Amino acid sequence: MLVLTILSVLLAVFIGLGLYLRSLPLLELKSVGSLLTSSVWKPFKGEFGFFPFIMGTLWVTGIAIVVALPLCLLSGIFISEYAHHRVRKIIVPFVDLLSGIPPVVFGVWGVLFVVPLIQEYIAPHFVEYATGYSVLAGGIVLAVMIFPLIISILLEVFGTVPRELKDASLSLGATQWQTVKFVLLKRSMPGIIAAIVLAISRAFGETIAVLMVCGNLPEVPHSVLDSGYPLPALIANNYGEMLSIPLYDSALLFSALILFIIIFLFNAISRIVLSRIERRMN
Amino acid sequence: MIVASVLIVGGFFLIVGTILIKGLPALSLDLITKTPGGGFYMGKEGGVLNAIVGSLYIALGSSGLALILSLPIVLYINVYLKRSSKLGSIARLSSDVLFGIPSIVYGAFGFTVMIYFGLKTSLLGGILTVTLLVLPIMIRTMDEVIRTIPKELLDASYSLGSTRLEASKILIRQSIPGIFTAILLSFGRGIGDVASVMFTAGFSDNIPTSIDSPAPTLPLAIFFQLGSPVDEVQARAYASALVLTIIVLLISIGARTLSKRFSKNKI
Repeated sequence: MLVLTILSVLLAVFIGLGLYLRSLPLLELKSVGSLLTSSVWKPFKGEFGFFPFIMGTLWVTGIAIVVALPLCLLSGIFISEYAHHRVRKIIVPFVDLLSGIPPVVFGVWGVLFVVPLIQEYIAPHFVEYATGYSVLAGGIVLAVMIFPLIISILLEVFGTVPRELKDASLSLGATQWQTVKFVLLKRSMPGIIAAIVLAISRAFGETIAVLMVCGNLPEVPHSVLDSGYPLPALIANNYGEMLSIPLYDSALLFSALILFIIIFLFNAISRIVLSRIERRMN
Repeated sequence: MIVASVLIVGGFFLIVGTILIKGLPALSLDLITKTPGGGFYMGKEGGVLNAIVGSLYIALGSSGLALILSLPIVLYINVYLKRSSKLGSIARLSSDVLFGIPSIVYGAFGFTVMIYFGLKTSLLGGILTVTLLVLPIMIRTMDEVIRTIPKELLDASYSLGSTRLEASKILIRQSIPGIFTAILLSFGRGIGDVASVMFTAGFSDNIPTSIDSPAPTLPLAIFFQLGSPVDEVQARAYASALVLTIIVLLISIGARTLSKRFSKNKI
């Protein structure tokens, strides 16, 4: 039992180490700095510049957070402070069900709904021609995917704000909205930030849904309507041929390592913040 | 605020609705009872039974394996360790963190391990990788349920002279519905995930017959069919997505009902 427990704790170390060892052949030839900032992606010539993919990931993640955060904050406040408990009982199960839908189904939805929506209704206002396969499509699909995660954490965090604090504010004549603004949001700020960080790391690593709607051109996107090529999509799209080109597997596993390190750090920090909040409650 | 909430709940209906409208016309009995025939990806006869069965194998195998691995861990941190134990909180924290690691990283890691041991893409590789993926879900869900069991129950059994192993059995009995919820959640995650199996399980047009033959999976089948330029094949991708959605929704609803029943009978 002890051994199993320790192994489960060490799993993260094994993953990091395994990926690192496999990306060593590439790292021995090129410096990490040049790999991350170069834009030339020519696997056949041994040129591996990850900059376009990193920018693709950042664009998609950024859009997802910008879309999801305001909606989730408002809806979280509504569910926890304003809504009748019966309304809450209706909303929360649907949010849970949304979290269970597999990524590939989100991808199919993106192809069927979001991409045509952008192509026919949004893009024509700004550019002459667009396919709809863009970082915006990826961002919107991702936003819907991270709704459940953000809302469930927000509700948990809001739930830890003591009733007495809110009552005190209300009894001093503050309106419900003022109470939300100055008591609820202020008090739960660390939790909200932790929720955002978790959502970012979730959006960072999402693969298949994003791959299906982003267009996958290895160029740095310059507007939300440009195609992008996020890191996870790069790994997933090229796994078939990665053993046939020298160093290619090393490069792909290096991008998995980048994802792992960033997401590991983000997750660890926000989980520690969240468990502090929980402990303060008890 | 109401608009935001409606939008979020509406997102769920929009997704299920879109899949339903596009998938229903192409849904047929053949799709779920036949394996792909010749020229299936060009729009000819066949179904995705191979992928449905492959996905079920992987989800079942990995949930089972993860249960065997996680039960001792959860019991260890709840029964054998003190409440204030450092190892306990580290184990909880690390399963939280592992829960956030994306499946593509597990897939890449599984792939490197398989290369190291000289394994080919196979059902076994898929099951092992997905096990890593669902292990944190299993540990977290069961741990949360077991933690709600009153400490007095354990104290009472100790005072009657039971050993810690016997006390663990009482905890398991008390949390059986929670354990089922954990299994269903893992199953749902395992059946729907693509990125972890595309490297490790491979794909084939046949139902896997042994543990080292490549295993097709439903999400991957959807992905492949969607990439086809032929209209019929794309329509079948929508229908397959509908099948997957129905399976996963049934599992989610089952898990919810179970956990509700659990909270009803709580001591």
